[in-house]
Amino acid sequence: MAKSILHLTVNDQPREDAVADNTLLIDYLRETVGITGTKMGCDGGECGACTVLVDGRARLSCISLATSCEGRHIETIDGCAREGRLSRLQKSFHEKLGSQCGYCTPGMIMAAEGLLRRNPQPTDAEIREALGGNICRCTGYVKIIESVQAAAGEPS
Amino acid sequence: MSALPPAKIPMVGQRLPLIDGVEKVRGKAEYTADFNFPDALVGRIYRSPYSHAEVINVDISKALDVPGVVAIVTGDDCDQPFGILPIAQNEFPLARDRVRYRGEPVAAIAALDEASAEKALRLIKMEVRELPSYQDPKKARHPDATNLHDDRPGNLERDVHHEFGDVEKGFKEADLIREASFDCAEVTHMHMEPHASLAEYDVERDRITLRSVTQVPYYVHKRVAQCLNMDESQVRVIKPFIGGGFGARTETLNFEIVTCLLARKALGTVRMKLSREETFLTHRGRPRTLVNLKIGMTNKGRMTACSCEVEQIGGAYGGYGIVTILYAGALLNAIYDIPAVKYDGYRIYANTPPCGAMRGHGTVDVRHGFESLLDMMANELGLDPFELRRRNLLNAPTRTINDLLVKSYGLPDCMDWAETASGWKDKRGNLPPGKGLGIACSHYISGAAKPVHWTGEPHAVVNLKLDFDGGITILTGAADIGQGSSTILAQVVGEVLGIDFDRLTVIANDSRITPKDNGSYSSRVTFMVGNAALEAAENLKTILIAAAARKLEAEPDDIECLGEVYRVAGGQDPGIGFKEVVTEALVESGTITVKGTFTVPREYQGGKFRGAAVGPSMAYSYSATAVEVSVCEITGLVSVDKVWAAHDCGYALNPLSVEGQVQGAVWMGLGQALSEETRYHKGLPLGPNILDYRVPTIVESPDIDVKIIESIDPNGPFGAKEASEGALASLIPALANAVYDAIGVRLSETPLTPDRILAAKQKLDRDTPRKEKRAG
Repeated sequence: MAKSILHLTVNDQPREDAVADNTLLIDYLRETVGITGTKMGCDGGECGACTVLVDGRARLSCISLATSCEGRHIETIDGCAREGRLSRLQKSFHEKLGSQCGYCTPGMIMAAEGLLRRNPQPTDAEIREALGGNICRCTGYVKIIESVQAAAGEPS
Repeated sequence: MSALPPAKIPMVGQRLPLIDGVEKVRGKAEYTADFNFPDALVGRIYRSPYSHAEVINVDISKALDVPGVVAIVTGDDCDQPFGILPIAQNEFPLARDRVRYRGEPVAAIAALDEASAEKALRLIKMEVRELPSYQDPKKARHPDATNLHDDRPGNLERDVHHEFGDVEKGFKEADLIREASFDCAEVTHMHMEPHASLAEYDVERDRITLRSVTQVPYYVHKRVAQCLNMDESQVRVIKPFIGGGFGARTETLNFEIVTCLLARKALGTVRMKLSREETFLTHRGRPRTLVNLKIGMTNKGRMTACSCEVEQIGGAYGGYGIVTILYAGALLNAIYDIPAVKYDGYRIYANTPPCGAMRGHGTVDVRHGFESLLDMMANELGLDPFELRRRNLLNAPTRTINDLLVKSYGLPDCMDWAETASGWKDKRGNLPPGKGLGIACSHYISGAAKPVHWTGEPHAVVNLKLDFDGGITILTGAADIGQGSSTILAQVVGEVLGIDFDRLTVIANDSRITPKDNGSYSSRVTFMVGNAALEAAENLKTILIAAAARKLEAEPDDIECLGEVYRVAGGQDPGIGFKEVVTEALVESGTITVKGTFTVPREYQGGKFRGAAVGPSMAYSYSATAVEVSVCEITGLVSVDKVWAAHDCGYALNPLSVEGQVQGAVWMGLGQALSEETRYHKGLPLGPNILDYRVPTIVESPDIDVKIIESIDPNGPFGAKEASEGALASLIPALANAVYDAIGVRLSETPLTPDRILAAKQKLDRDTPRKEKRAG
C-alpha cells in the first residue's frame, strides 16, 4: 500500500507521519501515535466508542481514513485533561457515574464535548440526539445524561 | 495536634465515585487490547463455515507457506476438553473430530502482521462430511435426530424433575387454574469491549502469562493449565480493565486458550483481538427459553400450586447449561409463598453458538412468564396486581419448600414504593388510549452458596498489606468488570479502619500477587468478598489498636478509634495519629499482611436432593418495577415513557453505584423486552453486529427512577446484598403487563417487536366482535 506524509495535530501536538493510504484514523492514533484512549467497540461505525473530534466536530475514527485528516486538528480523550486536571465532562462522568466499565466513555465524552462546544446549554432531547450513535451497555444512559447536564453548567 | 479529634465520616453509605474512575474518564485505563507489546504476533482464528459436520481433515499446508506466518494450531494441538463445569467438559479450544456450530474455532494463525494472517486464513481448507443441523428444539429432540454428543441421546443435555409440596392437592384446592406458554428469544451480552487476549510464552522457563477479558481469572488459570498440560504454577493470569461482562466472561472462553496454544507454538507473544462479529459468535448468552406455566389460586388470589416446564435451547456445548436449567426451576421459589411447586426442565443441544450465563442467570425468562401469568389471573379475578402479590408474600425469615433460606425480605417495601411513585392508583384504568402501566417483581441470589469447584477452601479471601508509608493495599482476586467491586471493597475496609479513603489502593487480579477468588459471577462479590474484606480489616484493626495501646500505655479494650485518631476512651489526652500507630505496629513485625476469609455456612448450602446445589444463597435481593408505556397502534412500536424500579439490596454500601447497577439492569431488561434477539438462518447468525442486534440507544431509553430499599440482611457486609442482577427480570414482564394495559394485547413471545405487536393486535381486533369492542 502506498504511503503519504500526513501532517496534522493530535491533541495540540503537530505531527508528520508516513501513513499508508488505507490506514484508519483509529489505527493511526492507537498504533502510530501510540495513544490508546480511543476504543474500538465494533467492526465499523456501529457503536461510537471510537469518537474523536476533528476540527471540533465529532467523528467516528474507525470509519475515517487518517489521510482524510490532512491539516486538521484531532482531539482525543487522551488530550482532554489540562495540566493533569480532568475536563468538566471527564469530572462529571467520573463523579456522576456516567462511566461504569469505561469502554464507551472516551467516545461518549468526545461526542458530548463536540455537543457542548456548539451548544453550551443543550436540552435533554439535544443531548440524546448528539449521543444517539454512542452505545453504552452498562448505565442505561440515565447517569450519562446527568453527567452531560452537570458539565454543561460548568465553565469549559 | 488538635484537641478534639475530627468526627469520623462514615465511608459506607457514601455516594463515592469509582476508585478506578479517573483512569476510565481520562482514557488511561488499559484494557487488554491496549497493552503495547511491539513484538506481539497477530493471532487470528479460522472458524467453521459448517453448522454441523464431521471433520475429515484440516489442511493448513498452504497457509503455513504464507510469508509472515509463524505458527498455526489446530485441534491436533490440544486433546484436552474444557468447560466451566467439571462434570460437563465437552468442548475443545479448537474443534477436533466434529464441528457443531457455524463460527466454531477450527484453527488459529500467528503471523507477523494482519495481512499475512488474513491471507493464510483464506488458504486453510476443511474437508468434512456434513451432518444434519438443528436449531429448532423439536427437530433436535426428534428420535431420529443425529446426536451432537454421543453421550447425550436425544440431544438432551440434562433434564430436571423437581416436586416440592403436594402439587396435585394444591391444584385441587384452587378456584382458578390458568396455563400460559412463553417463547423468549435468545439474547446476548454485547459488552462494549470486544473479546481480546494477550499471551506471552517464556520459552526458557516454559511459563505462560495471559492477559484476558475474564470475569473469573481463576477458571481461566485452571483451564489454560489443563489444556496446555502445564503445571498450574507455570501459568500467570492478569485481568486488566474489563469493558463489561454481564456473564459472558464467567466461563473460560475458547479464544483465551487458543491464544495460549498459539503463543507456545510460536515461541513468543500473541495478541488476539476478536472482531465484534467473532465476539457475537463466542456468545454464551441467555438461551431461547420456552416456558409452560400453570398456576392455581383461590378466589382470593392465594396461590395454591404451580407447575412449570422449561425448555432451553442451549447451543452446541455444555457450558453452564446444567446450572442454567437448574436456576430456572429453583428460583420459582423464594419470592412468593407457594405451597407446592413442580418443575420439569430440559436443556437441549442445538447447532448454534453455546449459551451460558447472562445477568439473572436462568431466572429471567421464567420470571417473565410467572409475572405475566399473575397479571392475567389478577385481571380475571378482578384483583389489583399489587394486591394479588401482597396476598402471597413470604413470611421471612423462612426456609422455602426447596430448602432456600430467606432472611431479609424487602419485597413489600419495594412494591409500596413502586405503587406510590408510579402513581399507580390514579393512573391505572385512567390513562389515555394507547398508554399503559404495568408492574412485576423479581429476585436474585447474592452469590451461589456452592462454588463451581468444591475444594474446601473458603469462598473468598482478601489480603491487606500495611507498610511504613501508612498506605493500605487491598489484594483481591475479585474481578472488577465495571460493576465497581474494587470501590466497594475499599469502602468496606475504609469503614472498619476509619481511615482516609486516599490511603487505600486496590490491586485486583494478578494470579502472582492476589489471592485466589472464585470471581465475579452470581452477584457474589459484594456479599462474599465484602465479608472477607470486612474480616481482614477487623484483623488489621486489632493489630493497630494493640499498637496504640502499647504507645499510650493502656489496655487495648480502653482504646477508642476516632477516624485516624487513637486515644484512651474518656481520657483528656488528645491521642495519637494513624501514622504514629502504624510506626509502632511495625516495630519488630515489619510490613504487616493480614487476611480475611468468608465461607457460606452449611445451613445455607441447600438441601440434599439432586440439583440442590443451584439456587441456595445466603441472601436474596428483591425488586418491584413499574413501567409506563405508549403503544402506537399503527406501527406497533412500544415507547417506554418511564420506569420506576425499587430494589432491596439489603444496605447500599455505595448508593451511587447501586443506582447505576439497578438502572443498567432494568435497561438491559428493556432491550430484551423490546428488541434484542439473536437470530440464525440454517445455523448462520443473522446480523452479528451492533446495528442489527438492536440494543436501545440513548434516544429511546427512558428515565429510570431508582429507589433503594434497605432490609439490612443479617449476614451481608453492613447488611448488604446483591444489586446488579435482580432488577433485570422484573422489567420484562412489567413492560409486557403495561402493553396489555395499553392495548389489550398479550404476546407469548419476547421481544415485543412492532411486527409481533401489530400481528397480535390485528388478531385481537379480528377476534373481538364489534359490539363488545364498542362496549369495552
